[in-house]
Amino acid sequence: MIPGEFEYHAPSTVDEAVALLDRLGDEAKILAGGHSLVPAMRFRLAQPAHLVDINGIDDLAYLREEGDHLAIGAMTRESALEHSDLVARRYPMLADAGHVIADPLVRNRGTVGGNLAHADPANDHPAVMLAYGATLVAQGPGGRREIAVDDFFTGLFESAMAANEILVEIRVPAPGAGNGEAYEKFERKVGDYAISAAAVRLTMSGNTCTAARVGLTNVSAVPMRSAGAEAAMAGKELTEEVIEAAGQAAAGECDPSADLRGSEAYKRDVTRVLVKRAIRKAMARAQGGAA
Amino acid sequence: MADSLIGQGIRRVEDPVLLTGRGLFVDDVHRPGMLHAHFLRSDFAHGIIGSIDASAARAHPGVVAVYTADDLGDYWAKGPLLVPPPPIEGLVFNEATAGPLARGKVRHVGEPLAMVIAESRYVAEDAAAHIVVDVEPLPAVVDIERSLDPEAPLIHEELGTNLAARVGQSKGDYAAAAGGAHLVVKRRFTYDRGVSGAMENRGIVADWDPVSEKLTVWDTTQAPIPIRNGLARLLGLMESQVRVVAPFIGGGFGPKIMMFYPEEVLVPWIAMKLGRPVKWIEDRQESFFSTTQERGQVHEAELAVDAEGRILGVRDVFIHDTGAYDPYGLTVPINAQCTLLGPYEVPSYESEFTVVFTNKTTVTPVRGAGRQHGVFVMERLLDFAAAELGIDRVEIRRRNYVPAGSFPFNHKVLFQDFADLVYDSGDYLPALDRAVEMIGYEDFVKGGQAAARAEGRHLGMGVVSYVEGTGIGPYEGARVTVEPSGIVRVATGVGTQGQGHFTTFAQLVGDVLGVGVDRIRVTTGDTGEFNWGTGTFASRGIVVAGNACWEAARMVRAKVLALASKRWGVAESELELVDGSVRVAGDPGRSMELGRLAVEANPLRGAVTPGMEPGLEATAYFGPASGATASGVHAMIVEVDPDTAMVEILKYVVVHDCGEVVNPVIVEGQIHGGVAHGIGNAFYEQLVYDDDGQLLNASFMDYLIPTATDVPSIETAHVVTPSPLNPLGVKGVGEAGSIPTGAAFAQAVQDALGSGAPDVCEIPLSPNRLWEIMEVAARSGARPGHAEGGAS
Repeated sequence: MIPGEFEYHAPSTVDEAVALLDRLGDEAKILAGGHSLVPAMRFRLAQPAHLVDINGIDDLAYLREEGDHLAIGAMTRESALEHSDLVARRYPMLADAGHVIADPLVRNRGTVGGNLAHADPANDHPAVMLAYGATLVAQGPGGRREIAVDDFFTGLFESAMAANEILVEIRVPAPGAGNGEAYEKFERKVGDYAISAAAVRLTMSGNTCTAARVGLTNVSAVPMRSAGAEAAMAGKELTEEVIEAAGQAAAGECDPSADLRGSEAYKRDVTRVLVKRAIRKAMARAQGGAA
Repeated sequence: MADSLIGQGIRRVEDPVLLTGRGLFVDDVHRPGMLHAHFLRSDFAHGIIGSIDASAARAHPGVVAVYTADDLGDYWAKGPLLVPPPPIEGLVFNEATAGPLARGKVRHVGEPLAMVIAESRYVAEDAAAHIVVDVEPLPAVVDIERSLDPEAPLIHEELGTNLAARVGQSKGDYAAAAGGAHLVVKRRFTYDRGVSGAMENRGIVADWDPVSEKLTVWDTTQAPIPIRNGLARLLGLMESQVRVVAPFIGGGFGPKIMMFYPEEVLVPWIAMKLGRPVKWIEDRQESFFSTTQERGQVHEAELAVDAEGRILGVRDVFIHDTGAYDPYGLTVPINAQCTLLGPYEVPSYESEFTVVFTNKTTVTPVRGAGRQHGVFVMERLLDFAAAELGIDRVEIRRRNYVPAGSFPFNHKVLFQDFADLVYDSGDYLPALDRAVEMIGYEDFVKGGQAAARAEGRHLGMGVVSYVEGTGIGPYEGARVTVEPSGIVRVATGVGTQGQGHFTTFAQLVGDVLGVGVDRIRVTTGDTGEFNWGTGTFASRGIVVAGNACWEAARMVRAKVLALASKRWGVAESELELVDGSVRVAGDPGRSMELGRLAVEANPLRGAVTPGMEPGLEATAYFGPASGATASGVHAMIVEVDPDTAMVEILKYVVVHDCGEVVNPVIVEGQIHGGVAHGIGNAFYEQLVYDDDGQLLNASFMDYLIPTATDVPSIETAHVVTPSPLNPLGVKGVGEAGSIPTGAAFAQAVQDALGSGAPDVCEIPLSPNRLWEIMEVAARSGARPGHAEGGAS
C-alpha cells in the first residue's frame, strides 16, 4: 500500500498551478485534502506521474457572503463549515453536511472544492450544491469561468472542468424569504459513505411550497437532482401525502447499484425515507422551527 | 499490613509509556543497514502456478534479492500442524498446512508467491510490480455448503477431497429424548466470517549478529517462546542463539498466535543469509488477505424440551469453514461443539461437525474461537422454545441452569484441551437475577416496551447466558527478582497485546512482597528474559502466568522471611513485609529494605548457606489440571428504526463471573473490548467474497468495524465463584465480552420486530438484511407497514 513513483509540485499561486496543469496535462492530479486521491494512490488505483499540491496557495480558503451569495473558497476545510456561525445561521443544510462528512479527522483536512471536483456521487457536497443551485468557479489558462452546478457533473468522477482548470470558488445562493433547507444522511457508522442522503431546499409561502430543489447522494452514477420530487412539491401545500409522493418520486427516480451497503430496493426505500425527513426538517426551518 | 493489592482497580502502569508514544512496537525497531521485505501475493483464489519470472525485479535498482518457492531449496517445508486432533472415536482429520511461499498452486487470494528484499519498502513494492506470474485460474470453492459437492474442484488434490475433518460427539440418547419430548424446535443458523481487526498489523524484524552468532527477532506474536524454539529448529541454531522479543503489540485477538506465518519463517532466514537486518511490516490490505480470520459456520440444530421448557436434548449438525488450510486443527469447531452446552443441563446431546476447505484465508481462533457460534445456536433455540411454549425467556434459562451445588460438573464430552468438559465452579442464577435487575427486565416486559411501541418506537431486549472455558495449560512460568535498588523485576514468557499484564502481574507480586506496583517492573514476551512457556491465548494469562508470578513471589517472600528471621533471631511469624521492607512487627528499629537484604543475600565474602541460592530471586511454574470455566449474562436493549432498519443499542449490561478479580478496571476493560468486538461481529462486520473467491471489502473503507461512537456505555457487575483449580481462584476474561453478543443482539432485534417477524437466525445482521426481514413481516401484516409513510 505504497503509491507508485510521482513527481511533486508545490505552486504558490493559482496561475502557477494552472500553468503546471496546462503543461503536464492528463499526467497530473491536483492534491487538495487528499482524502480521496491518496488512498487511491496507495492502492495503486491511481498512479499519477505528477502531483500538483495546491495547499500552499494562499487565499483559496474563505467563507463570506458577497451580495446575493455565499462565497466558499475551494480550499476551505470541511471543518470550517462545521464551526462557522455564518453557515450555521444562514445555510443550515451546509452546516448539516459539515457535521456528517466522513469523520472529524477527515474534515480537518478535506476541502469543499476537492469534495466537488472529485465528482464522486458518494460525496456529500454534490447533492448539497445541486439542491442549492450553486455556481462553481473554475480558473484555467484563459482566466475564470462560472459553471452552473447542474452542468458540472458529467459522469462518474467526471466534471465539466478541463484538465488544466482548477476549481477556485463555490457560490451558494443566499436564502430568500420562506427558505428552508436540510441535509439528511444515512450511514452505517460515522465515517462510512452514505447508504443514501437527501439534500432539500424549499421556498415556502405558509404551508405551500413555491420552489424546491432536491439533491441525492450515492444513489446514482452521477450526482443527481430528483426532478420528480421537486415537481411533486412545487406549488403544493406540503401535506403528508405530498411529502410521501415526493419521497416516492425520488425513490423511483434514483438509480442505486446494489453493493455491500445495501440492495437496490433497500437504497430506494431509504432514499424515500430520507427525502421525507429532509423535507419535514426544511419545512420546520422555513417556519422558524428549531428542527 | 497494608490493604491487599489484589482486587484494587489501580490504573494501568503501562499506560504512561503508551500514551506518550514511548512504547516499543515492532515497526519502531530500526537497525543499521536494515533491508525491507515485501511479498508478492496471489491475485487468484485458486489456480495452478505456471511460471514466475522475477528477473526484471531482480534487476530493479535497490533490490537485493527476490525469492520464489523454487529459490528456497531445502528450506521450503510445509508448516506444522499446531494442534493435533483430539482422541475422539471415529474422528476423521485431513491435514493440510501451507509452505512459506506457494508452490505448484495458490489456494487463496493473498497467498505469498515471492519475497522481494530491497533497500526500502518503496523500492520493494515497485520491484514486485515487475514480477511476471503466470497462474492458470481454477474455479474457486467459496460457499462452505458446496465444498463437498462432487463437482467442486479439489483444493488439495493429494487428499482427494475437500473434507478437512468430521467429528461426532454424543451422550445420552437424543432420539429417545426427542421422541418423548413435548416440543422439538428446529432451526438453521448461520454465522459468517470477520477479521480480528487488530489496530497493529503483523510485523517482524530479524537481525543476525555474525560475531556473537546470535539472532534477534522482534515479532508481533502472541507466542514468542514457541516461535523462538521453532526458529532455532528451522535455522539449525541452538535455542540459546535465538532471542525472540514480542514488545508492545497493538492487539492480538488470536491470529497472532498462528505459527508459523510465512513471513516469520522467511524474514529471519533471509536476514541470516544476507547478513543484514530485515524488516517486514504487514499493511492493512495484506492483513485482510493473509492474517488468519474468523470462521463461517452453518448449523442445523434442534432442541427437545418438556412441557415446562426443561431441556431433554440437543442435536446439532454443522459445517465449519477452515479456509485454505487447517494448521490449527479442530480447536474452533470443538469449542463451538462444547460451548453450545453452556450453563445448562443437557441430558442428551448429539453433535456432528464437518470441516471443509475453501479458497479463502485460513481460519484459526479469533477471540471467542467458535464459542460464540455454540452460544448463538443454544440461546436462540431456547428463545424459540420459550416463545412456542409461552414461557418467559428468562424463566426458561432459569429452569435449565446447572444447579449451584453440582460443581465440578462434567458434561461428558471432550473439550479442546483433550479432557472432559468439566466446569470447575459456577453459580448462574445470581448472575441472571442481577442482569435482569440491572437491565430493568420487569418494567420493560410489563409495560415499557408496549408504551414505547405506542409512540412508534420499536424497542427490544435480549438476555442471554454463556460459559467460557478459560485458562488451559500446559503451563507458564515466572521469575521474580529483588534488585539491590529495591526494584522488583518480574519476567514471564507470555506475550502481551494490551491485556494489562504489566499491572495485574505487578499487583500479584506486590501483594505478596509488600511492594507498591510503582516499584515493580514486569517483562513479558522476551525470550532473553524468560524462555519457558507457551503464550497468550485462550483467556489464560491471569490463570496460568498470573499464578506462576504469584508463586514465584511467594518463594521470594519465604527467602526473605528465612534470612530476616536468622538475621534478627526472631520467629518468621513475627515478621512482616511492608512498603518494600521486611521488619519485625511493632519494632521500627528492626526493619530492612528488601534491596539491602538482596545485597546481603549475594555476599562478596563468606559462603552462601547450603540449600540457599544467592540473591532474592525465585522461578516458579504453574500448570492447571484443566481449564477454569468463566460465565456470565449479557442483556441489552435495542431500538430499531422501522423505516431504515438502523439499530441503536440503548443499554448494555454484563454480569460476569471470572472468579477472583485481581483488577476490576482491567477486567471491565477486557469486557468492554470484547463487547465492542461482539457488536462488530453482530452488526457491522462481514467479509464478503464473490464467486471467484475475491474479497470485496479488503479495507476499512468498506469493511466496517465499530469505533467509540458505535459502542454503547456498558454497565458491569461481578459474581465471584473462585476456581478451585488454581491458588488465586481466578478465571480468564479475555474473550468473555465477545462470546454472547450476537445471541443477545439477535434476541433483542427479534423482540423489537415483534411477533410475526421471521426468525432471526443469522449473524451478522446488517440494516439491509434487517430491512428485508421487516419487509417480510410487513407483507404478512404483522407490523405497522412502513410503506404507508406515517411516522417515517
